[in-house]
Amino acid sequence: MADLSRRHFIAGAAAVAATASAGLPAVHAQKRGGTMRFVPHADLKVLDPIWTTAYITRNHCYLIYDTLFGTDQNLQIKPQMVDKWSSANKGMKWSFTLRDGLKWHDGQPVVAEDAVESIKRWSKRDPLGKLLAAHTARIAAQDKKTFTLELAQPFGLVLEALGKPSSNVPFVMPARIAATPDSEQIKETIGSGPFRFVKDEWQPGNQVVYVRNPDYVPRNDAPSGSTGGKKVNLDRVVWKYIPDPATAAAALEAGEVDWYEQPSIDIAARLEGNKDIMVAIQDPRGTQGWIRPNHLQPPFNNKKARQALLYMVDQEKYLQAALGQPKYYRTCPAVFTCGGPFETGAGAVKQDVNKAKQLLKDSGYDGKPVVVLDPTDIPLTHGAALVSRELMTQVGFNVDLQAMDWSTVVARRAKKDPPAQGGWNVLFTWWIASDVINPAVHAGISGAGSSAWFGWPENGRIEELKIQWARATDKAAQKQIAEEIQKVALDEVMYVPFGQWVSPTAFRKSMQGFLQFPAPVFWSVSIA
Amino acid sequence: MIGQIGRRLMATIPVMGVVAIAVFALLHITPGDPAVIIAGDYATSDDIARIRAKLGLNEPFVTQVGIWLGRIVRGDLGTSIFSGLPVSTLIRQRTEATIGLTLFAMLISVGVGVPLGVLAAWKKASLVDRLVMLFAVSGFSMPVFWLGFLLVYVFAISMHWLPVQGYRPLADGVWPFLRHLILPAVTLSVVYMALIARMTRASMLGVLSEDFIRTAFAKGLAPRRVLIHHALKNASLPVVTIIGIGFALLIGGAVVTESVFALPGLGRLTVDAIIRRDYPVIQGVILVVSGVYVLINLVVDVLYVVLDPRIRY
Amino acid sequence: MALSPPVAADFALPAPTARAGALDTARRALLRHPTLIAGALTLVVILVAGVLAPLWWTGDPLEMKPAVRLRPPSAERWFGSDNFGRDIYTRTLYGSRISLTVGAAVSTLSLVLGTTLGLVVGFYRRLDMIAMRVMDGLMAIPAILLALALMALMKASVQNVIIALLIPEIPRVVRLTRASVLSLREHLMVEGARALGARTPRILARYVLPGLVAPLIVQGTYIAASAILFEAYLSFLGAGTPPHIPSWGNIMAEGRAYVQLAFWIILFPGIFLAATVLAINLVGDGLRDLLNVR
Repeated sequence: MADLSRRHFIAGAAAVAATASAGLPAVHAQKRGGTMRFVPHADLKVLDPIWTTAYITRNHCYLIYDTLFGTDQNLQIKPQMVDKWSSANKGMKWSFTLRDGLKWHDGQPVVAEDAVESIKRWSKRDPLGKLLAAHTARIAAQDKKTFTLELAQPFGLVLEALGKPSSNVPFVMPARIAATPDSEQIKETIGSGPFRFVKDEWQPGNQVVYVRNPDYVPRNDAPSGSTGGKKVNLDRVVWKYIPDPATAAAALEAGEVDWYEQPSIDIAARLEGNKDIMVAIQDPRGTQGWIRPNHLQPPFNNKKARQALLYMVDQEKYLQAALGQPKYYRTCPAVFTCGGPFETGAGAVKQDVNKAKQLLKDSGYDGKPVVVLDPTDIPLTHGAALVSRELMTQVGFNVDLQAMDWSTVVARRAKKDPPAQGGWNVLFTWWIASDVINPAVHAGISGAGSSAWFGWPENGRIEELKIQWARATDKAAQKQIAEEIQKVALDEVMYVPFGQWVSPTAFRKSMQGFLQFPAPVFWSVSIA
Repeated sequence: MIGQIGRRLMATIPVMGVVAIAVFALLHITPGDPAVIIAGDYATSDDIARIRAKLGLNEPFVTQVGIWLGRIVRGDLGTSIFSGLPVSTLIRQRTEATIGLTLFAMLISVGVGVPLGVLAAWKKASLVDRLVMLFAVSGFSMPVFWLGFLLVYVFAISMHWLPVQGYRPLADGVWPFLRHLILPAVTLSVVYMALIARMTRASMLGVLSEDFIRTAFAKGLAPRRVLIHHALKNASLPVVTIIGIGFALLIGGAVVTESVFALPGLGRLTVDAIIRRDYPVIQGVILVVSGVYVLINLVVDVLYVVLDPRIRY
Repeated sequence: MALSPPVAADFALPAPTARAGALDTARRALLRHPTLIAGALTLVVILVAGVLAPLWWTGDPLEMKPAVRLRPPSAERWFGSDNFGRDIYTRTLYGSRISLTVGAAVSTLSLVLGTTLGLVVGFYRRLDMIAMRVMDGLMAIPAILLALALMALMKASVQNVIIALLIPEIPRVVRLTRASVLSLREHLMVEGARALGARTPRILARYVLPGLVAPLIVQGTYIAASAILFEAYLSFLGAGTPPHIPSWGNIMAEGRAYVQLAFWIILFPGIFLAATVLAINLVGDGLRDLLNVR
């Protein structure tokens, strides 16, 4: 069954990808000018890229900021703001030189000091950034265009860190803004990216407006992912937030908007039949769903109770409820996603409800209500919550399913208190593949206890393994350590993956130049 | 009369005071915490505590109320916790859509509701009367969003006559502005229309049974003239009252309608703010809306005096 | 200002004709109000459907069958299925329990609390000033915003929805009661009773309450209708009854993403909701005519 669905999935993704690229004409045939009306998947609230991992903020920042390195379609790291770089002394000393012609939106030139300060601010918050900082002896600007990075210990992910594609992305901002302490949000929105943010026209909850940056100097190579030449064909980009999915879909069909970022899978299936609309896969690497228990509070502070969760899950059931259309999903036991470089089945288990029941009994569960957070405004997690309630009740948990909206989940998941005082026991979330593709970026396998991602698992062994992985220099060693990490992660039940899927995106055929990347890309597209 | 109006105006102040305090109290009993949301995904308990302190959320309740009341009196409605924009700016951005929608809906409701009510009263107990009244009752029995989706499905999605959603500010032109508001206004007006029709009918029935109407007919005046010139004028008082009361209903309906049609109005602003616990915005909007409601009632009361010189307070 | 006009100081049931018995009178009175009968019958049907839901060929309202998701109405699934494969017919019937419960509870509780408060306030002048200012203040806030704000404070549950809908309704009942008390207080009956030494509670019970019963019943029906509608609005906006307990409001809320794909999810609960509210309003109108409440 898994085999069949895998073939089906890949065929489907390939077919859609093929049609998407078939619609991409040569760049010189694209029309210039016009306004793009885009429907984002959420409302933009936070403007500071370091302050939150929310994808909407990341997407906003890709418009107005630029990065030192980028990630292309094949997951290769390529330079973006950097012109030349070199590493010496077996990778212990790095030197980077910026391109010519880079300017801030206020007209000032971009200097190396800006890059240094931006990296420092980013590395205070982002897990990969923190890892980099822990291995760095010194990072400093040498002159206006060059800066150097000296490592204290070997670290194999310097470029991967600087070119990290998804939250948190090391965007470059002016040094004076990057100097804002990481405990406060930045107040200005000056970047050096291909678009400028029109703050006066920003209406929170309704629209966000960007205009082309005429001073932007794109590279000369073809665009791919977040690398290559970011040539802008549009004059304006307007993000219109339409919270009602049926209304947004109808707006797309009526031509009132040009691009709908995340139609629900059912709506996308229907839009495929519309001759004026193209349905494509935004990010073929996919997204992974999580069931995350709270390791600090009973019952899931007991490993056996957590393992009961692991054994109760049947991914097929979750995916059916959460997504509905088999064409878009597949079961996948791999913590580092299927299709990724560290895919492995090590440590994965099959559903065994009886074993789950036994484990729960052995854990000494006292029957107290288990608080499960159910964000009903997101069909994905709502479906997962409903299935969990059913399965958990079967296994013997006393489930207290609490309905709320996503913003409330975001507020509540930070609480370490007991559930009765505003905390939680189980929550659901999802991460795009780029964010879980290797042990260095994966927030869910941090065993740092109370400073780990919400859920706060504690495990020293996995932390050691991660450092080993970061220091390993050959691929084979990396694979082997990654397998070991997955075994520990699943045995500890840091989270239970409930499947993998790709998200469709839909746009009118009058829009050309669509690029596949985890964030929507607004350079390279044009409106006929 | 000026003295009476002045007195009424003064009486609204304590009412608004109660509203202000009630709204403030409502929101601050809550355990839901905006500081956590603002603090971001990597916040430590220290970060959250610091943000709480900065927002003044740790002060004793009475102090917070006092500070807030002081600010309002000076016209400062505070700053949105989430966007950092002043609440008055946010309200200003959204007012045009809500006012446009509400006025348009009111126009349709009065324009259709009053004649229907007059007709029903004139043809009392006939089939026409019963049908009109049935239509009226159905009108305010339907959930607004259900009707909205129905209309969108028929007129926008199937027939493509009207846009599905969205809003065009008046600055973009009168016709685009109106075009985007037709479906939402019609949806919203149905409830209101029903009430007005009922009230008009009841009021007209009362007037039509009076002696002076019989006299008018006896004098040989045309029915239309009697109805409109003599009866309706006298029956208009309660109708004006209903218009005032109905405003509160309209606001309620507007909240849901703006959600269905993606209109950037005050209703949606409030709902979003409530879900996010953006206290300053919630307080500001409820205060403003209630204030407008109180004002409208005041205007209605004044109209009373104007329309019926017999009334004295 | 109350939606329904103020109570008349005196009222009367239609006088029986010479040759008819009480039952006959009632029958004739009712026949003159076909809409009242229609409304009452509809309510009874929906009530029976809800209370005895398991008997009407329903399944399990919570059972998810993803294999048959988003199916249109057919012989096996009379109202079709939703995006989790749950049967809409079953959920709609079970949903009537919640909606009717909310309507009845809000109506009864607001009448009881509002009347009590109104009686007290009407009789004791000193409380009147403050209480009426507070009531005016509460009434100035649009009901739905107040209910939303209240729901935002509390966990989603049927109980909390009832509380949130109850509070905006109380001021109106208080006004109604108070108006009646104020007009009756000066009435000769009461003066006479006082002179005879009757105590306040007794006066309230014997002279004021009877006159209130009719208008309160009528007002109660309108409150019930409005509460059922508002529960749907709250659920639609995401602040209503918890999703795993089907109510008409949250079935429609979950179906809102499927307007073009599966309109039946919104259609059927909407029809039931509109029919119930309509029925209650018709009953209210009929009672008002019947009991001669102006």
